[in-house]
Amino acid sequence: MGGHSPCASCKLLRRRCAKDCIFAPYFPSDDPHKFAIVHKVFGASNISKMLQELPVHQRADAVSSLVYEASARVRDPVYGCVGAISFLQNQVSQLQMQLAVAQAEILCIQMQQDSSVMQLPRMMDAPDDDKSSSSSFLLPNNLAHFLSFSPASSGNVTQDHSLRRETILGHDVVS
Amino acid sequence: MSSFSRCAACKYLRRKCPQDCILAPYFPSSNPQRFVCVHKIFGASNVTKMLQQVPGHLRAEAAECISYEAIARVQDPVYGCVGIITQLQQQISQIHSEIMKTKGEMIAHHCAHSQHHPPPQPQGDPSWSISLHQQQQDYSQSDEHLLRKY
Repeated sequence: MGGHSPCASCKLLRRRCAKDCIFAPYFPSDDPHKFAIVHKVFGASNISKMLQELPVHQRADAVSSLVYEASARVRDPVYGCVGAISFLQNQVSQLQMQLAVAQAEILCIQMQQDSSVMQLPRMMDAPDDDKSSSSSFLLPNNLAHFLSFSPASSGNVTQDHSLRRETILGHDVVS
Repeated sequence: MSSFSRCAACKYLRRKCPQDCILAPYFPSSNPQRFVCVHKIFGASNVTKMLQQVPGHLRAEAAECISYEAIARVQDPVYGCVGIITQLQQQISQIHSEIMKTKGEMIAHHCAHSQHHPPPQPQGDPSWSISLHQQQQDYSQSDEHLLRKY
C-alpha cells in the first residue's frame, strides 16, 4: 500500500487524497489551518475551480493571495482586506499632500532667491529706461512655469475612494 | 400573489425570493453582474453565512466589500485584492522617496543661499563680530528646523 499522507484539504474534507490532488502541492498536511481558513471563506469547490483555471506556475501565488484575503476576512468580517486598501489609499493621499507642500516650499525658496538675484542690478544705480522697469519687475519666462506645478507629479496616482457604496466599485481595480 | 421582482441572487439561483431574503437588499436585480462575481468567488451560501454573522447595520458595508473583493479577483485571478495592496504599497514607497528627495533639495537650496549671501564682514567694530556670531547661530538653527520639519 503506497501511501502518501493526505494533504490538509483532503484531511479536512475527509476524502481520499488522489495522486493528482489539485490542493496537495499548496496545502500540506502540516499546516491544516491554511486550508481551513480558505475553505471557510471561499469553499473548497470554488478554490478548486479557481486553481484549475490558472496555469500551474501561477497557482502558488494565487493560493497565497487567497489565504491572505481569507485571513483578512476572518479577522475583519465586515471590511476584510478592503480595510487595508482603504487605509493605504488614505496614506497615499496624505503623502501626496506632504509632497505637494514640500514642492511648493521649494518653489517659494527658488522664487525668493531668483527675485533677490534680480534685484541686485538696482542697487548699482545703473541707468535704466523708465518705460520698461519703473517700480515693478517682470518674472523672466523661465520662471513662469513654476507657478503651474501639479501636486500629482509622481505619475501613476490611485484616486482616493472612500468606502462609500456608490464609489467603492469605481476604484480602478487591477487591469 | 405579490408581484415583486426577485433579487439578482435569487434570479441567478433560479429560486423564489422570499420577503426576508438576506441577499435582496444588497444584490438588486438591477445589477446582476455583481452577484455573478460574488457567487463565482465566494458562493451564495458562503456570502449568506458571512452576512448573517455581521450585525444588520453593517451588512451593507460588508456586502460592498465582498463584492469589491470578488470583482478584483475576477479581474485578477492570481492576486485579486492583494495586487491592489501591493500597488498601493509601491506607490507609498515611491512618494516617500520623492518627499526625501524634495527635502534634500530644500536643504541644498538653503545652504546655497547661505553661501551666496554671507553675512556682512566686520569692519573693526567689536559689535560687528557679535552680530556675525548671532547670524551664524540663526542660520544653523534654521537648518535644524528644516531637517526637523519633516
